[in-house]
Amino acid sequence: MEQAKHVAHDHYDAEASKIGMWLFIFTELLLFGVLFVIYSVYRYINHDAFLLAAGELDTTVGAVNTVILLISSMTIAMSTTSLQKRNKLLTLLLTGVTLVLGVVFLVNKYFEWGSKFEHGIWPGSEYLIENLSQGEILFFGLYFIMTGLHALHIIIGLVLIVVVMWKVYTGKVYAERAALLDNSGLYWHLVDIIWIFLFPLFYLIH
Amino acid sequence: MNSTSVANEANYLKYRGKYKGLLGWIFSTDHKRIGLLYLYSMATMFSVGLLLGLAMKLELLAPGKTIMEAQTYNATFTVHGVIMIFMVVVPGLPAVFGNFLLPIMIGAKDVAFPKLNLLSWWFYVAGVFLVLSAILFGPGTPDTGWTFYAPYSFKTGTNLLPAIFGAFILGFSSILTGLNFLVTIHRLRCPGLKWTKLPLFVWTLYGTAWIQLLATPVVGITLVLVALERIFGVGVFDPALGGDPILYQHLFWIYSHPAVYIMILPAMGAISEIIPTFAQKHIFGYKAIIASTMAIAFVGYLVWGHHMFTAGMSGTAQYYFSLLTFLVAIPSAIKVFNWISTMYKGSINVQTPFLWAASFIFVFMIGGLSGLVLGALAANIYVHDTAFVVAHFHYIVFGGTGFAFFAAIHYWFPKIFGRMYDKTWANTGWLLFFIGFVTLYSPMFYLGMMGMPRRYYDYLQEFHGGNILSTIGSWVLVTGFVIVIVNLVRSVRKGPKAEMNPWHGKTLEWTVPSPPPLENFDEIPVIEENDGPYNY
Repeated sequence: MEQAKHVAHDHYDAEASKIGMWLFIFTELLLFGVLFVIYSVYRYINHDAFLLAAGELDTTVGAVNTVILLISSMTIAMSTTSLQKRNKLLTLLLTGVTLVLGVVFLVNKYFEWGSKFEHGIWPGSEYLIENLSQGEILFFGLYFIMTGLHALHIIIGLVLIVVVMWKVYTGKVYAERAALLDNSGLYWHLVDIIWIFLFPLFYLIH
Repeated sequence: MNSTSVANEANYLKYRGKYKGLLGWIFSTDHKRIGLLYLYSMATMFSVGLLLGLAMKLELLAPGKTIMEAQTYNATFTVHGVIMIFMVVVPGLPAVFGNFLLPIMIGAKDVAFPKLNLLSWWFYVAGVFLVLSAILFGPGTPDTGWTFYAPYSFKTGTNLLPAIFGAFILGFSSILTGLNFLVTIHRLRCPGLKWTKLPLFVWTLYGTAWIQLLATPVVGITLVLVALERIFGVGVFDPALGGDPILYQHLFWIYSHPAVYIMILPAMGAISEIIPTFAQKHIFGYKAIIASTMAIAFVGYLVWGHHMFTAGMSGTAQYYFSLLTFLVAIPSAIKVFNWISTMYKGSINVQTPFLWAASFIFVFMIGGLSGLVLGALAANIYVHDTAFVVAHFHYIVFGGTGFAFFAAIHYWFPKIFGRMYDKTWANTGWLLFFIGFVTLYSPMFYLGMMGMPRRYYDYLQEFHGGNILSTIGSWVLVTGFVIVIVNLVRSVRKGPKAEMNPWHGKTLEWTVPSPPPLENFDEIPVIEENDGPYNY
């Protein structure tokens, strides 16, 4: 009986996992898509206020974080290749680098948010509501929501990478059963590409 | 022998895995058991929702306070709506019959991701408990209506946060089910089962799964935003901080209108299985039904604005939404045409599932045609926010999805439980339910036309007659419902053993024993060139 149950569920279909992951990525894109729509609408209505508020953000930190995420995307892509080449150590090393870069991104984000808090800027803060215009309130509201939700996705991605590293280490993920690493890589790229849109929207465009 | 046939000696109801008793169910990744878990949890929630509906009708028996105050009435219709929409009709047929039948209908042993499937049910249960906690604890039961409209949803003092998070998690459950079904249909069809040989129920599940996947994230993030608005006051929907409440309505209906098609498409699929079986005839216009299914799924995405005709929208936008609303009625009408044509000159075997299916067509047409009244711009303004709207969507959602659900449970009951129910009692229950339903909702069309607004616990004296009739209808309906349920529950244990194929259906689920063995098929079936789901 026990074995039969095992047979029933020991069904490995990398293609199915990949389709499933892409479908899940669609849902994530829609999730952020809604926020991008909201951002566009309010930017259109409050053009000047958005420009003014965007000046408060530190472009250098944003740019550094962008570079960090791009490199981390590269390392996780390299790790999938090294797994195919059956180089377990290199795979672990590259996923480890991705992990570290993800953490560095979050640390930067922490200090960035922290400096805003020091200036009394957080969603619904007294300073925000009493001193700033409605457009600026909306800008910072969206800034915290969108970068916050993105940071949450980074954290989920990091957890995923830790799980994958453990499974590579214990030999449950290997060249012929690479779906988990491939899909974690896809997810990490998604997190990366969302940031690629967030960065110009909040820091760059004038 | 290989181990597969060992497992297949026991049927899925008797099979003993790692756990015994209840644990053997709530930790089972078998799609059939998960389907039944959904059936039991949804039946429970439906009964709660039904009682709340009954209480509302009792309140409306006479003008003024009958059994509850205004605030209680507001809470009652909110909870009734949240339960019925998010916990009953949205998971609806896919969660129960989709889970149970999809793998069998396509000749597979399970869905593509069995563990994810179980996780969906766990999310569902978590969502249910979160919403229920909003009712039982905290400063008051939510009173916003099931739509959580801004800005009231972050101004009300009631316990709204758990309800919002509950709805969010229920949405997540819905997304995971949709994702699972899409991958299953793409990857696990048995050899020879081409897309043009899929049963129509599978096709409607496919269309539904796309809507679940692509629409639900929109309401998910919107509900998160309302929650953030309540906790922090970020201002996105708050006019005092520069936000726009109308934007909330747009985002809400971008999901919630397609959600109506999440509810009705699988219902149409079930009807498309039942009608040919009881007419013993090939379905008329197989490809037209597929095309109309996908057309509904697509166009249904673009009509959300018709919920907001009076909310503030440009004239141009109104014309487009009205036009598209009329367009989306066409594929539904094509389906009705096909069902009727299937029956034409068939040797119809009038059994309980057929009675439910036939009455489905009747109430669905009334609901659909009254929808066109609401889709017309001028008429919409006249009957907006009246009892007419309530009658319309109960005819569609309760009459459509509800009747199809009962048709489906009576159709697949012998397959699911391996027992047959008492047909006389089943037919009696159906008759009372049908009469009660029509008596309950038809007067509301009239009351709405006369100007009775919805969502008030009170009304003017002139609306008294119609409301009495409607309340009496609710009693008849509940009597019918109790008969149906008692008959089914009793038959699970005491009914006579059912045959493998009691209705002489042609789809794959009728080729496996009743109830099906654990892994459905001893050998994966192969579909030959001349086989087809409706080749009678």
